[in-house]
Amino acid sequence: MAEMVTSDSGGSKKHKKVRGKKLSTRVDFTPMVDLGFLLITFFMLTTTMSKPKTMEINMPVKDKTADSTKIKESTAMTIILSENNRIYYYFGITDPQIEVTNFKPTGIRKILLEKNDPQLIKINSLKKRFNNKEIDEEEFKKELVAIKSDKDALMVLIKADDKAKYRNLVDILDEMNITNIGKYAIVDLAPQELELIQNLKGGSPS
Amino acid sequence: MPAVKVPRKSTVIDMTAMTDVAFLLLTFFMLTTKFKPDEPVNINTPSSISQILLPEKDIIQILIAADDKVYFEIDGKFTRIALLERMGEKYQISFTDAEKNAFALIGTIGLPISQLKQYLDLSPDARKKVVPSGIPCDSTRNELGDWVHQARLSNPAFRVAIKGDSEASYTVVKQVIATLQDKKVNKFNFITSQEQPVGD
Repeated sequence: MAEMVTSDSGGSKKHKKVRGKKLSTRVDFTPMVDLGFLLITFFMLTTTMSKPKTMEINMPVKDKTADSTKIKESTAMTIILSENNRIYYYFGITDPQIEVTNFKPTGIRKILLEKNDPQLIKINSLKKRFNNKEIDEEEFKKELVAIKSDKDALMVLIKADDKAKYRNLVDILDEMNITNIGKYAIVDLAPQELELIQNLKGGSPS
Repeated sequence: MPAVKVPRKSTVIDMTAMTDVAFLLLTFFMLTTKFKPDEPVNINTPSSISQILLPEKDIIQILIAADDKVYFEIDGKFTRIALLERMGEKYQISFTDAEKNAFALIGTIGLPISQLKQYLDLSPDARKKVVPSGIPCDSTRNELGDWVHQARLSNPAFRVAIKGDSEASYTVVKQVIATLQDKKVNKFNFITSQEQPVGD
């Protein structure tokens, strides 16, 4: 179809004998290329290239959670997730002084970074040693776990009331990763804490 | 002196090589592609900075939609048939072979088991019109727990992954987690999407 047969045009007149016209065996591939690329486009658009990411959660075994881990008063911090992406938090256990913050980097992250400062300094110096190749990867990981689970490290208790969204939970777990906090747990909300939040809401409506 | 004749060149390009390339790419995409599974609800997962990839197989997915309905999803044709038989035994519902085959092909389970038989008898077109009511997972009728329990009995290597919508309420998530803990599943994954760099 697209092939121009130029070489035969002059020659055929010389011969008297009529010969069967030599047909070109060439096939035009252009439509086939079109088809190929059309299908490629289809598959490229339907394929799911990015696999979903996950975060792993380990919950304690239910039967013996009651008081298997004692939390030190000085290291405990409680975070309560509530409606409209609000976060209530307090330090210690016996004398809760509840304060409010939010999910912005200047909010909860700043507080967590400040509280976790001693561990962060240790982690940074460890990273520096690892980057200078003073320790190998295995040792680095071991030390990192040791620092994160240090008995004086911040222990965060994550609680949420009924109006919190699933996103809040994922976000706060994310903050734990960002601020290198190794010790945290998802715990049920105690009734007296709910009361404290209600009081706070009643006191300062926002 | 006649002008030098420039030999006329054919304008035709040989397309064969291009065809080869096109079909090579096509083959690649056909082999690597994995179609998006047909989910009854659209779920917007919250984003996180986590970089861990979800394992490819042996996954039980628990979907929590924005309207707090819970769905259950599991891979593998034969696992699904075996699972349905076990669940049928437990709830004293007998399924026919046709129903079992239909169950092997449907994507996500979003109905209480009492309505499942009826649902499987419908034609595939009619099934799409059924509005799923979600799997009950409260303390009085915890069918979700049974699904997870029976699935793990048939293959203990199964990992549980929770895929929740960002707007799903925490109460339901708490219920699902409590259910899993009840069934001694203390290690599970939250499916999230890649964090978008947003400066807020």
